[in-house]
Amino acid sequence: MLIHFVMDDKNLHIGGIPMSEFFASRKGIILAGGVIGILAPLLQYLGNPPNMGICVACMERDIAGAIGLHRADVVQYIRPEIIGFVLGAFLSSLIFREHKPRGGSAPLIRFFLGIFAMIGALVFLGCPWRALLRLSGGDGNAILGILGLTTGITIGVILLKNGYNLGRSYTQKTFSGWIFPALMLGLLLMLVYRVEFSAGGPIFFSVKGPGAMHAPLWMSTAAGILIGIIAQRSRFCTMGAIRDVVLIRDYHLISGVGALLIAAFGLNLILGQFHPGFEGQPIAHTNHVWNFSGMVLSGLAFVLAGGCPGRQLFLAGEGDMDAGIFALGMIIGAGIAHNFALASSPKGVAAFGPAAVITGLIFCLIIGLTMREKSIT
Amino acid sequence: MSTKRIDARGLSCPQPVVLANRAIEEGHNSFEVIVDNEVSRENIFRLAKKRSLNVHFHEEGSDIVISIAR
Repeated sequence: MLIHFVMDDKNLHIGGIPMSEFFASRKGIILAGGVIGILAPLLQYLGNPPNMGICVACMERDIAGAIGLHRADVVQYIRPEIIGFVLGAFLSSLIFREHKPRGGSAPLIRFFLGIFAMIGALVFLGCPWRALLRLSGGDGNAILGILGLTTGITIGVILLKNGYNLGRSYTQKTFSGWIFPALMLGLLLMLVYRVEFSAGGPIFFSVKGPGAMHAPLWMSTAAGILIGIIAQRSRFCTMGAIRDVVLIRDYHLISGVGALLIAAFGLNLILGQFHPGFEGQPIAHTNHVWNFSGMVLSGLAFVLAGGCPGRQLFLAGEGDMDAGIFALGMIIGAGIAHNFALASSPKGVAAFGPAAVITGLIFCLIIGLTMREKSIT
Repeated sequence: MSTKRIDARGLSCPQPVVLANRAIEEGHNSFEVIVDNEVSRENIFRLAKKRSLNVHFHEEGSDIVISIAR
């Protein structure tokens, strides 16, 4: 697809559409998905872990490890991609006058939805983005994850149709919207200067395993910021993509997901990163039941919270404090998942993973059935 | 009879769309949805166009009022 950039006296036109409308168009969302689908395999090529060029859940988990919230020494690194997502969305929302501090819609519930979303993702070993990237790298186990994700989202849609609603958020003071981006900036500084708070850490940096694999810092940061800007403009969301198909048969967002998958598949072929099969896939296990069930939990939690992990970061950058709380829930959830033997490893599902997934599903169903607002008119 | 007006301000995605969709399915011939952000406006416009309904909007202060009619 060739896209023409033309500047007239007022607006930048992309492919014949004014830029202000471009990213809301079908072409815009396809461009967003395509850019993510190209940058992720490239980041892997430049050093990120296999089939994990970008994984919001895994990368937040690595951040949790780096600051000592868990001590799984193979997955500890302050991932600058996450920082870039938030800062890119923050900058974009400021430039396009969409930065809007808001919050107050059931924060504690969103915090726990974040915890359980992360637990489900770490039983499967990936967020929806990584599920797509794993598939594009030939990992057949991702199919179970994507089926689980779709199932969880479908359950969520049924709850939505029955009146599930966490209530309104309200406009907050200007500075509120700067807290989450400031936190990310702080993490970036700690990464750049490799601060050691006590002998041996924190900050912890893996010397082996996936946590020790990373693309050069500035490339990861730049890629993260670029994705943050494009995703903020286009509203890219993997959960929303499947939800909109199930809920209103709308194929707008999912065309972006399709673009991601196709772009990543093509680039993986070119870079020699496509290895089809189920056994021996990188940072993955072959337990179909729990690959599926883990993502059912995550998908359901994403619907109830209103966005996939990536989208929550972009919203947090825009000033959405409820999305920020969800993202913090995910980081804490990663600490819990590794400290309490819930997170899977390439060897398989951990001792308490299944029990945690069932607990999470019960929690989400109770929330989905009880948090209802019958008459909003 | 006054036009049905759905207040979807402060509701997170996809609530504004769910509420608008419900109004369409209930057979309302014309109604308004009031939202407070551009994302919700884009989403409701997409829904209305998909259902081949007439849709336009105007701003009231910091709110966006979307009118939908058959």
